[in-house]
Amino acid sequence: MRVEISTKRIYSDFVKKVEEINGQTLPPCYQCGKCSAGCPMSFAMELLPNQIIRLVQLGLEEDIAKSNTIWICASCITCSLRCPRGVDLARVMEALRLITMRKNIDHVKISEIPQETIAELPQLAMVGGFRKLTA
Amino acid sequence: MNLSYYPGCTLKTKAKNLEDSAVASMAALGVNLVELPRWNCCGTVYSFAEDEELHQLAPVRNLIRVKEVESNKVVTICSFCYNTLKRANLLITNDPEKRNTLNTFMEEEIDYNGEVEVVHLLEVLRDEVGWQSISQKVQLPLKGLKVAPYYGCTLLRPQAVAIDNVERPTIMHDLLQALGAEVVDFPFATECCGSYQILSNPDFVSHCVWDILSSALRWGAEAVALSCPMCDFNLGQKQKELRQTHSGFKGIPILYFTQLLALSLGLDPEVCRFELNYVDPRPLLESKGLLRQ
Amino acid sequence: MERIGVFLCHCKLIPPIDTGRVFEAIGNKPGVVYAADYEEMCMAPGLERVKEAIKDEKLDGVVLTSCSPALYEETFRHIVTSAGLEGYQMVVAELKGQDGAKEATQRAIEAIESALERLRMSRPTVSSRVPITKRALVIGGGIAGIQASLDIADAGYEVILVEKTPSIGGRMIQLSETFPTLDCPQCIETPKMTDTGQHPNIKILAYSEVEGVSGNIGKFKVKIRRKAAYVDWDKCNGCGICQERCATKALAEFQQYLDLPGKIAHRKAIYIPFAQAVPMRPVIDREHCRYFTKGKCGLCEMACPVGAIDFSQQDSFVEIEVGAIIVATGFDLMPKSEIAEFEEDPDIIDGLEFERLLCPAGPTAGKVIRPSDGREPKEVVFISCCGSRDPEHGVPYCSRVCCMYLVKHALLYKHAVPDGQAYIFYMDIRTTGKGYEEFIQRAVEEDKVLYLRGRVSKVFRDGDKIKVWGSDTLTGKRVEIACDLAVLGMAMLPSEGSKELAVKLSIATDEYGFMTELHPKLCPLESTVPGIYLAGCCQGPKDIPDAVAQGGGAASKLLSLFSQDEVILEEAAVS
Repeated sequence: MRVEISTKRIYSDFVKKVEEINGQTLPPCYQCGKCSAGCPMSFAMELLPNQIIRLVQLGLEEDIAKSNTIWICASCITCSLRCPRGVDLARVMEALRLITMRKNIDHVKISEIPQETIAELPQLAMVGGFRKLTA
Repeated sequence: MNLSYYPGCTLKTKAKNLEDSAVASMAALGVNLVELPRWNCCGTVYSFAEDEELHQLAPVRNLIRVKEVESNKVVTICSFCYNTLKRANLLITNDPEKRNTLNTFMEEEIDYNGEVEVVHLLEVLRDEVGWQSISQKVQLPLKGLKVAPYYGCTLLRPQAVAIDNVERPTIMHDLLQALGAEVVDFPFATECCGSYQILSNPDFVSHCVWDILSSALRWGAEAVALSCPMCDFNLGQKQKELRQTHSGFKGIPILYFTQLLALSLGLDPEVCRFELNYVDPRPLLESKGLLRQ
Repeated sequence: MERIGVFLCHCKLIPPIDTGRVFEAIGNKPGVVYAADYEEMCMAPGLERVKEAIKDEKLDGVVLTSCSPALYEETFRHIVTSAGLEGYQMVVAELKGQDGAKEATQRAIEAIESALERLRMSRPTVSSRVPITKRALVIGGGIAGIQASLDIADAGYEVILVEKTPSIGGRMIQLSETFPTLDCPQCIETPKMTDTGQHPNIKILAYSEVEGVSGNIGKFKVKIRRKAAYVDWDKCNGCGICQERCATKALAEFQQYLDLPGKIAHRKAIYIPFAQAVPMRPVIDREHCRYFTKGKCGLCEMACPVGAIDFSQQDSFVEIEVGAIIVATGFDLMPKSEIAEFEEDPDIIDGLEFERLLCPAGPTAGKVIRPSDGREPKEVVFISCCGSRDPEHGVPYCSRVCCMYLVKHALLYKHAVPDGQAYIFYMDIRTTGKGYEEFIQRAVEEDKVLYLRGRVSKVFRDGDKIKVWGSDTLTGKRVEIACDLAVLGMAMLPSEGSKELAVKLSIATDEYGFMTELHPKLCPLESTVPGIYLAGCCQGPKDIPDAVAQGGGAASKLLSLFSQDEVILEEAAVS
């Protein structure tokens, strides 16, 4: 099946929302892939970070939702630091997470975390994780 | 010299070894870390969202506490707290609109306009104490101890909050050198350990941790020094599992830089609280003659 | 001026201007008695109407608007003077085409008001006729400067060629072979260097720099510093015994400071930079020479058969007078250390360093080795766009030659190491020159060069290997290559000191230090100062054919000036 690209898609509410939350527009990305090349978590991602940006540029929200990428991001900011075009990709990832979490959808179910893990984890790991991965 | 000090949650619980060794070392160097009254959680991770301010309340409130005690500087020891407080402070300084909103929202508090400077303990050691003065106070040089400084993310990224060169930091190298250690430079010193993914994807964190530790070992490190309780947990606690998954891996102690500082300043090793380290560093330190048996 | 006319030009390229509003706004300005608007005033019918209006309305001052005063001022001047006015009685106001339609009218009013103000201040000029000194100065002895010098000299005029290093030849003579034909510079540039050195009309001032410049087109006075070589070049016969005897080694500029095992790329403290140097004369490097650092040695002095060594030599100055100047100061590469996420390591080198390793006349005689241990690298990674196209950390522009020289490197490497593998990381392959695309296809098909589409994020040593972390965006894979040698296609920058030189010449540079041409399309050879022309990479990154073409073009511009005997200079009369 061909993916239909149209102005309806590339200027969709989804694209607007992403830009609004992360405070920057995405056309500057020229798809060099440097973000993906340096991403410490990209080994575990179903789509590479540069592909996520591309999908936002094309307005393909469903493809982003189907991949685990935004939930694997550890907000280490290596991508943003090295991006030649000044795209703050870590912010884009957060905006995409927030679009889901603001619908009150948790990525991590607190009730499913084993007691011993909770007892073991340092406070900042739990607070940080909950802040990034739960509504 | 007295300096306002923000401990954060983890230093009061899991990372007592970090706090105790830091406070004792600084006292020995003539710096009195004065804990802030009524501090609260910094929020741990800085919120990237441009369209809301709610998540900035926690860090900014702490900065207000600093202003209240008429201090113009606050020292953090935990890398995450440093990052979150520093970035919230930059937001307040650079974004008048958000500053206004936050001040209005917290009407019960005094107005905050970025009057406080947020620094990390390593910066205090470099800029206020100085490497030379530290090395003069060293009682027990860490001679022969091969330590790899590991910076992680939050001391260096984003660029605006970096305590040193973002890609080629040397601040911890310089400290360890002043303490007489043999510093091991390795290419993973600024790679992420997996951070809060430990909560939802612990296996992926194992992958990151193995990359970091195996690289440090390949470059000849006997121990890793760091300043972040998140990295400490990941790099330390994961070793149990890595010993099983990677044959030949015998483990490598992870130490807070403050523990090495306290030790070399000749303080009672008790302040280092080595029993809290995930990999016991005492056998290594004993073998180097740095700890009496 | 009492009778001023305003002529508003507009065409389809300029957003619609509300001419009524413009006329209203300027109609009551002092002296304005006539205003008219024409479509395409720059064309012959429009110009005729301007001429008629000046005569009919007995105008004594005119303001004309134009989309590009730099291009049209001369044309307008001819028309205005043919209508009986003098040059000072005309001012051209700029109406830019890219203004938004909304602001266009207000901008036009402001531009005309400012032009009227300038017209009021304008005073009669006196024109003086300056005889042209038919001698040229060429600054920079690379291929562009050499080409310009030869063309001018062949036309019968004297050329002074100033070169800051001890020999002409420039960057080109450092190269191994040149794309896409694989000619070696030692074969194709050396004859031009020899011709330059032997040409009766060319005087080479090597190891010299321009100290100061004064004057105008037709007659510039230039002061040149001749750096002390500590060798009397008049006595010296270039035999080279001095550098054979010298016992002190240092890293060599010509070898890009490559530090190879056995110091095979080092030069001596007294040295002729390379075997084909023109002039074939040595210089002493004070930093390393034992006579200067330790106070005694003199091995070279004892060995010199003609007594040319002169430790007491000082910098000297010569002053020359020339009618026109060509600047051809070339380029440097951005230092590798600017890419902070790539480690500094002997086996991570830049393109010019690799040229020296590939060069049959180079320190390894063309054998490709790793600088760290002298071993033959079996896998080599070439990385494009290091610093280029990176507005955040480097420069935003494309350096234009890296795509081609990296694939040339890959191909030559495969020829030198047939069982080796070359990888090239790229973002876009930009190969617009003649025969370039075919060259890439050949490298891919015959030499099995593997292109990987993505930028590289990290390069670091891992034991014996150099690890390269990149991505291949075509497959959506993060990739890692453990190679033996990494070659960085570093961005091209204007050569060191070109900004300072531009200040001395009063010519404009852009924010990166490249010298600005008078018009980006129509005057690519002229600098912003009349009588000073640009050639080669000082004006922007370019490859050899383009640099040679520009060198020849600049020479012909200069020659058309020299075909006249005098130049008319207009200066405001002192009242």
